[in-house]
Amino acid sequence: MEFEPVIGLEVHAQLLTNTKIFCGCSTRFGEAPNSNTCPICSGMPGVLPVLNKKVVEYTIKMGLATSCHINNINTWARKNYFYPDLPKGYQITQFAEPIAEHGYVDVEINGNKKRIGITRIHIEEDAGKSIHDENQPASYIDLNRAGVPLIEIVSEPDIRSAEEGVGYLRRLHEILVYLGICDGNMEEGSFRCDANISLRPKGQEKFGIRAELKNMNSFRHVHRALEYEIKRQQYILESGGHVVQETRLWDEAQGVTHPMRGKEEAHDYRYFPDPDLVAVHLSDEWIEEIRKTLPELPLAKRERFVAEFDIPLYDAQVLTASRALADYYEEIARKSGKPKIASNWVMGDVLGHLKEDRLEIDESPVSAHSLVSMIGLIEDGTISGKIAKEVFEEMWNTGKEPGTIVEEKGLVQITDTSAIEQAVDDVLATNPTQVNEYRQGKEKLFGFFVGQVMKVTKGKANPKLVNDLLKKKLSEG
Amino acid sequence: MELSTLTIHELQRMLREGETTSVAITESVFKRIEAVEDKVHSYITLTEDLAFQQAEQADRNMQSGRGGPLTGIPIALKDIVCTEGTRTTCGSHILENFIPPYDSTVVRKFREAGAVFPGKTNMDEFAMGSSTETSYFGITRNPWDLSKIPGGSSGGSASAVAADECIAAIGSDTGGSIRQPAALCGVVGMKPTYGRVSRYGLIAFASSLDQIGPFSKDVEDCAIMMNAIAGYDPKDSTSVPAEVPDYTRFLSKGIEDWTVGVPKEYFIEGIDPEVLDAVKRAMQVVEDAGAKIIEISLPHSEYCVAVYYVIAPSEASSNLARYDGVRYGFRSREGRDLMEMYKMSRSAGFGDEVKRRIMIGTHSLSSGYYDAYYKKASQVRALLRRDFDEAFRQCDAIIAPVTPTPAFGIGEKMDDPLQMYLCDIFTISCNLAGIPGISVPCGYTKSGLPVGVQFLTGHFEEGKLLQIAAAYERHAEIERRRPEI
Repeated sequence: MEFEPVIGLEVHAQLLTNTKIFCGCSTRFGEAPNSNTCPICSGMPGVLPVLNKKVVEYTIKMGLATSCHINNINTWARKNYFYPDLPKGYQITQFAEPIAEHGYVDVEINGNKKRIGITRIHIEEDAGKSIHDENQPASYIDLNRAGVPLIEIVSEPDIRSAEEGVGYLRRLHEILVYLGICDGNMEEGSFRCDANISLRPKGQEKFGIRAELKNMNSFRHVHRALEYEIKRQQYILESGGHVVQETRLWDEAQGVTHPMRGKEEAHDYRYFPDPDLVAVHLSDEWIEEIRKTLPELPLAKRERFVAEFDIPLYDAQVLTASRALADYYEEIARKSGKPKIASNWVMGDVLGHLKEDRLEIDESPVSAHSLVSMIGLIEDGTISGKIAKEVFEEMWNTGKEPGTIVEEKGLVQITDTSAIEQAVDDVLATNPTQVNEYRQGKEKLFGFFVGQVMKVTKGKANPKLVNDLLKKKLSEG
Repeated sequence: MELSTLTIHELQRMLREGETTSVAITESVFKRIEAVEDKVHSYITLTEDLAFQQAEQADRNMQSGRGGPLTGIPIALKDIVCTEGTRTTCGSHILENFIPPYDSTVVRKFREAGAVFPGKTNMDEFAMGSSTETSYFGITRNPWDLSKIPGGSSGGSASAVAADECIAAIGSDTGGSIRQPAALCGVVGMKPTYGRVSRYGLIAFASSLDQIGPFSKDVEDCAIMMNAIAGYDPKDSTSVPAEVPDYTRFLSKGIEDWTVGVPKEYFIEGIDPEVLDAVKRAMQVVEDAGAKIIEISLPHSEYCVAVYYVIAPSEASSNLARYDGVRYGFRSREGRDLMEMYKMSRSAGFGDEVKRRIMIGTHSLSSGYYDAYYKKASQVRALLRRDFDEAFRQCDAIIAPVTPTPAFGIGEKMDDPLQMYLCDIFTISCNLAGIPGISVPCGYTKSGLPVGVQFLTGHFEEGKLLQIAAAYERHAEIERRRPEI
């Protein structure tokens, strides 16, 4: 029997607000344990939450960017459970009336577009962290993360393969980062994903029994875990067994999923409306105001780059990987008027160097403006493409403008025909053997002559002039 | 004449005119505490050093002309409002040694007003009770009869005001916890509109019902206290940014041409005849003061106790989840793992009544029961609220009993939670509707126990509420007795 996987993903994204969702504490990562805490986020008796407006604004942005309906009235609920790093014994979240619902994103899988539904996006607070000391019977609690704002994005069970799952995640990730509302760091946990996955015989409507997967800390983990889980469930079903509804943890080292240790009981979270918070009322005016601030989203930008700059889709994908990179490229493409050349430089030299030096695009020593100047120097024949590589190295290392480098190093291309003619004559005169061989038909020696002329001119000769003159002189003999 | 027996407005006049000092008032209060506290036990924690520091500062401020209406006045605080640096127990073992790192908004306002804090008063554990008998720190006795309870949960604040162990006090009222003990101790007690006074720093029992309010020796003092504590607080999202009038301006206005409603559902069987007589006399006084008395109906009244005992425990079960032994408060050292630590800390840290309500609330919110209990109760609550909206279309205020009986004997109802819950039958609906209510002394039983009468008005009509309470107080001319302790 052929089985079809049915996958739904739950993504938790930490919002990049300066302060926590219900108090004024900083959200900065990596501070000394419990330094970013106050009576409110540490759940002291008597404290009350006050909603951070920025959190609502950011979530509306995500809702709009994923074509969700924004609910004008949305409410808060308490999700009750005991855990040492949950200071109040409940998490403030949205339950009955989330802020955004009924959206979607389009994902491209092997050239095919697929639309994946978003059930809802809701706001909630993060919990703290438990730190277990393996050397002694003690655990520690760090509440710096408690109260950091999260949004949970719940997909419809529309995903049918690991590829689609990862494609969907990448799409959400790039939108969040483009919007500037999440840093997307999966290792630090600011972008986390859980999966619900079940199998059903192909053609069947009804869903099979699902397992919930946790602990996948990168796109690769998600891909591997989903693939593994599909195979595991398929094996169980094919051998006549039953999938158990449970939570399973991905073990990256062993490449398998395990049932969660100490098999947690079916939780009854006893959701009820949080009496400490009033409903959030959103005016259409504010929602529209926020809509106007939305940046062009990656998919739209990609399509525009292909159409406007006539570059291949692959290039457009690479160049729109982040908003900063896309802006960088677009500036060069526009100002130089040579989008294809700009794309080659950015994708090759700039990205290569960034990777080597582990820098982000906004840390690039070569500004878009400098790269535009350099392309200008090539275009007007001041320097050759080959010299340009040398100039670029220098720009990268010193941050100097290309014009300055060309001047300082005397790298201006020789376009003076008589000077090049002199060099060509010299080369031919000093290599009579090769000249003879060439004239007898060994045409591949042409490259040798070009090389020699370049060497003599220290690479500054205009290659086209060199070619023309060499051809002319060699055929004259 | 002992200073501790006087009112805020009397003492304020004396302070302003230099006839006394805050230190002298504070000395008088502590002298009284020393004399009667052993018998009454109004306080969990006395803060004598702090009080005298505050009194000295208050006297300096008065001298330099920087005094306000509460400067130098000893005000007792129910041990449910967080006080930075002073332990706040909420009457519970689980918070026995909890010293808050912050002040509740109300406490901050009193500090800024220059008030003096003699101590933190006794209360039912987590405000759950109507007799102050569930406190971990022992019972409080009614100053009028030491064999009787003072009411609850704010029994310590009520008895402290009645016994002159402070000049005024703060309590909290979730289902009657200010008005009921005020009635049983013969003092004035008011629950403001939900959202009128900030709950920030009030240890939560049932967040949608809790409200802080004053205890005082007369209605004028109540208005002075309200002036100090009312108002929007950005730290409490449920507090309302509505204008706060000067409440003392309503006191002398009178109630000529008012219509005052008597809810027919409140005159039920089982109400003590002496209480009934006293309330009926109060209705006559109101009529004599120029108001028209009409009968009104609050048709859903019979459900109020049931609705309350679903909603309040549900919220409490969640509010009290934070007392888990992890970050502060009592932690059992015996648990071998996390789950045992939780269970043993909470089992030993909470008393029976608190545990009973946590269980009721947890059950009411459980999946499969939520719709039948919590959700249904919330729907009926909306109907109760509508009853009052309807009623206030016909009348300016409502007059009603506060309690079905005068103060009962210590231990009398401790084994019968349902009987105990019925003590709040006339006070609960006010919390469920969110409207303000006040209890004013209206006489004594033959055996000398005080009885109170309750007035209710519409949302944010504390001004009108004080207006009718003051008019009643003036016309009733209730003999001002003092308890003999």
